Amino acid sequence: MVDEKTLQNIPHLDMLDALHGPFVPEHAIKDSKTLAQREKLSNKVVGSFEEAVRLSGLRDGMTISFHHHFRSGDQIVNRVVDKLAEMGFRDLTLAASSLTDIHAPLIRHIQSGVIRRIETSGLRGALANAVSNGLMDIPVVFRSHGGRAYAIEQGELSIDVAFLGAPSCDPYGNANGYSRDRDTGVICGSMGYAKVDAQYAKKTVILTNNLVPYPNAPFGIPESDVDYIVLMDEIGDPDGIMKGATRFTQNPKELLIAQRAADVIYASGRFQNGFSMQMGSGGASLAVARYLREMMLKSGVKASFALGGITGSIVDMHEEGLIKKILDVQSFDLKAAQSLKNNRFHQQISASYYASPSNPGTAVNQLDVVVLSALEVDCNYDVNVLTGSDGIIRGAIGGHPDTAAGASVAIVVAPLIRGRIPTVVEKVGTVVTPGKTVDVIVTDQGIAVNPHRINLTRNLREAGIPLCSIEELKEKAERIVGKPKPIPYTDRVVGVVAYRDNTVIDVIRQVKP
Amino acid sequence: MEICKSAVAGTLESSDAQIWVEPGDGELELFIDSVVEKQYGEEIRRVVLETAASMQVEHGRITVVDKGALNCTLRARLLTAICRAGEISYDFGGRAE
Amino acid sequence: MKKRLRRTMLYVPGNSPGMIRDAHIYGSDSVMFDLEDSVSPQEKDSARLLVYNALRSLDYGDTELVVRVNDLRSPQGIQDLEAMVRTGKVIIRLPKTECAADVEECEREILRIERESGLPEGSTHMMAAIESAKGVLNAKEIAFASERLIGIAIGAEDYVTDLKTNRSAGGIELLFGRSMVLLAARAAGIDAIDTVYSDINNEEGFREEVRLIKQLGFDGKSIINPRQIGPVHEIYTPSEKEIEKSLRIMEAIEEAHRKGSGVISLNGKMIDKPVVERARCLLERAQAAGALKEDESYGG
Repeated sequence: MVDEKTLQNIPHLDMLDALHGPFVPEHAIKDSKTLAQREKLSNKVVGSFEEAVRLSGLRDGMTISFHHHFRSGDQIVNRVVDKLAEMGFRDLTLAASSLTDIHAPLIRHIQSGVIRRIETSGLRGALANAVSNGLMDIPVVFRSHGGRAYAIEQGELSIDVAFLGAPSCDPYGNANGYSRDRDTGVICGSMGYAKVDAQYAKKTVILTNNLVPYPNAPFGIPESDVDYIVLMDEIGDPDGIMKGATRFTQNPKELLIAQRAADVIYASGRFQNGFSMQMGSGGASLAVARYLREMMLKSGVKASFALGGITGSIVDMHEEGLIKKILDVQSFDLKAAQSLKNNRFHQQISASYYASPSNPGTAVNQLDVVVLSALEVDCNYDVNVLTGSDGIIRGAIGGHPDTAAGASVAIVVAPLIRGRIPTVVEKVGTVVTPGKTVDVIVTDQGIAVNPHRINLTRNLREAGIPLCSIEELKEKAERIVGKPKPIPYTDRVVGVVAYRDNTVIDVIRQVKP
Repeated sequence: MEICKSAVAGTLESSDAQIWVEPGDGELELFIDSVVEKQYGEEIRRVVLETAASMQVEHGRITVVDKGALNCTLRARLLTAICRAGEISYDFGGRAE
Repeated sequence: MKKRLRRTMLYVPGNSPGMIRDAHIYGSDSVMFDLEDSVSPQEKDSARLLVYNALRSLDYGDTELVVRVNDLRSPQGIQDLEAMVRTGKVIIRLPKTECAADVEECEREILRIERESGLPEGSTHMMAAIESAKGVLNAKEIAFASERLIGIAIGAEDYVTDLKTNRSAGGIELLFGRSMVLLAARAAGIDAIDTVYSDINNEEGFREEVRLIKQLGFDGKSIINPRQIGPVHEIYTPSEKEIEKSLRIMEAIEEAHRKGSGVISLNGKMIDKPVVERARCLLERAQAAGALKEDESYGG
């Protein structure tokens, strides 16, 4: 044992940091309880949601956050806000990674003053409609996934309490989007958007229906980022979580567009061994993966990684050895979620790792090709994925501007017209992704390349891909559907669209009734 | 042409329009419910009135439920409804363009 | 001049505005708007007006347009003709043709409408579909029945029913009918178009059938889904090797002409006239399919 004198005789003791005096036996604490006993006695599980809220220190006017990994099956946002309303909270800022059509019940809480402000990637359905018609006094701020992560990391979007649903969590807070121990059927795969919230929120509350034994490894969210755990009967509807995304389309028009986009990739000069790719959501862009697969099998070219929202098609290619690694910020379907659980080189990444502009090594910056959808594209190649042609919000920014900026070639796929709505227009209703970062527009009735991309244009021409100007596409659409009348707006701003560096790229105005 | 009985043509599928034609004594009445009302409401009205005039329909009620139909589809659906209401076959006669 | 290719003729139901609007975007050589079997009896009037108005206002580019009218023995059939001939843009496809008289009757009606509407006489072309035992046996007289005919097609569904059998994977039951239709078409110097293949999810079976009918000599096939276009065009486009060989044959001919030699030989082998003819046809098809650059000359 060391006494005080021995200690003082250590040479240069003043230069040795973090030594706290001589050891005495009282410093050694022996705990002979078993793992099972300890898990029960000392953990982060609290008795009720209300208790977690009280412990978190949430007060009126603070910012709460949510993730959207449960998509249309999400029950967390509505249940939490209902409870907070019951508890009498007011003037909260709701900062979700995104909101969907199932969040219409928020309208009531906005009207009653529980929610005063919203930050999100997108809005849909009745809530979107109400916001477009002037529901909120303070405009909604729309951010890309990268832009949101950036704002959170910089402390500019400061989250007081994050309420994060998790399909599995152990008593200390190691949480994930699937479970190795007990599968309850609620599985969302990657928790990429939630990871940032958990890391930076002042307090993080995990809401789970599946408390599993320690250690819940691998975990998406580590216990060090979690403060409280609340057990709930239900957190999400499995059907809604996996709904919609990714059945392989049989729509001939989408297949035609996908085939052409694959031809463009082939000819772009980026289709070579070790290339990297991302396929956006939406029938046509998802279908591109199928055609790419055929091209890869035929030519022997393999990809180094696929990024982004991941689907079963990408997983198939990974399992066939065509794609070496998968970086997954959001798993779009069950197959993707299960692959994240089972495949060694299917890696869960956070929204920041995925797309934050504060990090030069961010994954979108390593992309060769991204295929993206659009509601509208205009003659400046500006893209709108947020508002419909009637001016009403009906979409989400997602990673659109992040990947377009990061990828060597950003390909936007869209039908030239939808019903009577032209997709290629003179001027988009809302600019979400600036044309400077958009390279090719592939429609069912023609392909246009951004005239600033001279080498790319030459590559495509030399490969015999027929090209036309974006103006020609616009005119072609107008010849079929007629020229649409401009949408009447009021002067009032209901939405602010932030670019990925959080400068304001556009505003959304209230529509005239 | 007088509309003597009610008739309908077209469907509610995307890119189609369902058009009802009903008898009425007074001025021609027109009701339009369109998914592209804001952008094309006036255009739809123009096409419908022009088409009705080409058949000398001056009385009655026309109801258009539009799911994004092009002008040629609106015209075809209305002509079909009018012919059904009048129990006539459309006369394609005359010289080609 | 480019030879008009008819490798693919895409069926488009006549009462579906969305499909009619998009009919040409998939790149089939021809589009066939159907007023017959894909339209229910009570919607014949609306389909006719729909296709008529679409043809008058939409731009289908270079795509060849065909309309399958109803049987002329029905009141609908004559009305269909009245509408479609007047557009001045379409080939009339006659269903269930059984004998030359069917074609002649249709021709009379078309001529009357052309005269009434001021269209040049003879400007409206026709196709006839043969869909019965009687029709197959009369294929020759049908093929020769009118100058307006640009092709004849076999319709297998009704035909095999008439034969009291059904369609098999190998298509043995269709061999005679197909051969009759093809021979009649070739004798008359017009195109021969094969029947539809209904199982759109069986791509391999479809390819097998396309290879078969190409080998028989058919110019192309009626198709029911845009997904079938790619495979047909692929199979019908000559390979680089075939093109190369044909080009060499044409060069040898030129060479012989220059020398004033009557004997054409390539690599020491004599080239017969049919070989030359086949090479010429193949290059025409290659050029029309875009597999041969316009400026690549090939003699004659």
